[in-house]
Amino acid sequence: MNDQNIAVKAEHISKCYRIGLKETMQDSLLKTISNFMINPLKNYRTYRALYNFDDVSPDQDTNPSDVIWALKDLSFEVKKGEVVGIIGVNGAGKSTLLKILSRITVPTTGRVTIRGRVSSLLEVGTGFHPELTGRENIYLNGTILGMRKKEIDRKFDEILDFAGVEKFIDTPVKRYSSGMKVRLAFAVAAYLEPEILIIDEVLAVGDASFQKKCMHKMKDVGQHGRTVLFVSHNMQAITRLCPRAILLNDGQVLADGPSPEIVGVYLNSEGGARAEKVWPDLFQAPGDDVIRLCALRAKTVDGRVTGVVDISQPVAIELEYEVLQSGHEFEIYFKLINGEGIDVFQSIDNDPSWRKKSRPIGRYMSKAWIPGDLLAEGMYVINPRVRNRFWVDDALGIQVVDPMDGAGARVDTVRDIPGVVRPLLKWETEFFPR
Amino acid sequence: MIGLLKGGLKGDGKSSGDALTVIEPKSGWQIIDFKELKDYQDLFYFLVWRDIKTLYAQTVLGFSWAILNPLIQIIIFGIIFGKIAKVSTDGIPYILFSSVAIIPWAYIAQAMTQSSQCLIQGSSILGKVYFPRLIFPITPVLAKLVDFGISMLIILCIMLYYRVFPTWNLVWFPVFVGMMISIPLGVGLWLSSLAIRFRDIRHAMPFFIQMLMYTAPIVYSASSIPEGYRLLYSLNPIVGVIEGLRACLLGTPIPWLYIWPGILTAALLVISGALYFKRMERFIVDVI
Repeated sequence: MNDQNIAVKAEHISKCYRIGLKETMQDSLLKTISNFMINPLKNYRTYRALYNFDDVSPDQDTNPSDVIWALKDLSFEVKKGEVVGIIGVNGAGKSTLLKILSRITVPTTGRVTIRGRVSSLLEVGTGFHPELTGRENIYLNGTILGMRKKEIDRKFDEILDFAGVEKFIDTPVKRYSSGMKVRLAFAVAAYLEPEILIIDEVLAVGDASFQKKCMHKMKDVGQHGRTVLFVSHNMQAITRLCPRAILLNDGQVLADGPSPEIVGVYLNSEGGARAEKVWPDLFQAPGDDVIRLCALRAKTVDGRVTGVVDISQPVAIELEYEVLQSGHEFEIYFKLINGEGIDVFQSIDNDPSWRKKSRPIGRYMSKAWIPGDLLAEGMYVINPRVRNRFWVDDALGIQVVDPMDGAGARVDTVRDIPGVVRPLLKWETEFFPR
Repeated sequence: MIGLLKGGLKGDGKSSGDALTVIEPKSGWQIIDFKELKDYQDLFYFLVWRDIKTLYAQTVLGFSWAILNPLIQIIIFGIIFGKIAKVSTDGIPYILFSSVAIIPWAYIAQAMTQSSQCLIQGSSILGKVYFPRLIFPITPVLAKLVDFGISMLIILCIMLYYRVFPTWNLVWFPVFVGMMISIPLGVGLWLSSLAIRFRDIRHAMPFFIQMLMYTAPIVYSASSIPEGYRLLYSLNPIVGVIEGLRACLLGTPIPWLYIWPGILTAALLVISGALYFKRMERFIVDVI
């Protein structure tokens, strides 16, 4: 009964690849050739074994060494109309999962049930032929993606308009610039009307204005009640487009839930963002005989350590340090640098009770609050310093995400908002009727 | 009545917007899903169109190559086997005798070569999007028919020159063309699915094609084969196609004895090829 509302249901899917074919390295061309000629039977067996999986099983440790499990007993459900982001490090199984969902390959065990017409975009411009004209390629690519000729006829003008290549539509695609090719390819993809859309991040192509157009289109697709599965490494895109995210790790679902939270789990687990840096051994910690840094953390208002910060929420940068010799004054500060390498600001410890005063031996904890609605979306690194004593580069990484709840400086728009900072300013408009 | 039925079916097709797809490991032999193939007929059309259009792209002579290639071969064979070796042709002028064989043979050879390599050449598409894999080996078999159609003009001219006029035998023409198509189709299905695992196919192909040519009565006459070996000889479906087309174009009696065994092997080749292809289909992307 409930099944009617489920668009994609994956039950215990596993996928195994034989990477096999371990080749014994020969030290000369002659030996390689003679090896090839002497061993046709051996070659035959190796190549034949490539698709033989009788001797493997997902839950045994006795698998032959040349077998790799790209997915292991993976299960999840996606409801109709849900937009789900799939994240994970390279090799986590994202691509394999997409390939199975788009029917390019079958799982080794388990099953996937899909309700509705699926289109998958693992690449833009699949099947584009350089010798064919733009018009012919639109039809070829469209039918490869599963459209009917009639459907393309109907949407042809819109596709052309979206791509913006009207002038060259009857020119072979090999004479196009690479940007034009990409625009044409994406335009075809954008006018697919599947009930379920599976997209790989390869779509992040083209210049900024075109990317904006694409993001807009994707947002549109999601809002039209279609189910979308979106793989990306771009955490901004994930939090912006997908309310829900699934984190894959080593072929399994590591976390599944609201995307800001899942992105947080991902970033905290994967070096990219580091919400906390602790030096357990004081004498290995940065610093000198006088002062050493023990830990550095990013914390939310409720005291949670997190690398993912809601754009409208304040975040505290906490420095924990130990003073080893009394009688010194310190100037403690940190620098915040954004993803483009721009120094966004520098903040100095200005607590009046310690400013310009010598500190006794002991442990200190200093906290600086970065207000909400100040930083723009994106990745930031934090470099803590003690003037004339030490500094640490890239000690902490935080990701500022915009949950698009209308609370931030974005107000209710969905477009890209440029700028190094994104403060929420107070606007006042006076009105003088004539 | 039929219209009503059709309407009903169409309605059904639309409500299947909620189509249920189950993706799970399949084992053993699979049947061909003809309905799905039909759903993809537009893709067929554009892939065939691509093959035809791009074959002679940026050439000066364009489609004239489809005439020039077999024409040159006919002339060379005419000189070597007709004038120098003086092969017996049961009284038919050698050029006429060989041209009705060389043109279908050229089709078979080209379609076969292309079809056997189709999966490897299309590997980039195969890994990126789903559609029935069977479309791949079938496309070149259809696309090459255009070349075949164009080069039939040569036969027409030669027939006019020798004042050979069509007889009622011509009604069999579609049958033999159908048989002709089935050969590269069957071989293509087999070899394309073998070639994804064993790249040897590509290297063996030219030699295989050349050998095949001499197993069929293209440059010589089938009647020169000793009586006792005739059945074995005509198990090769190419023999049947060539003999059949020759008889139906030139108006000589149709030698069914040479044709029946070939029809059986051709049918067997296509059916077994399709089954084998479907069996291998699920490994294509993983192994390619």
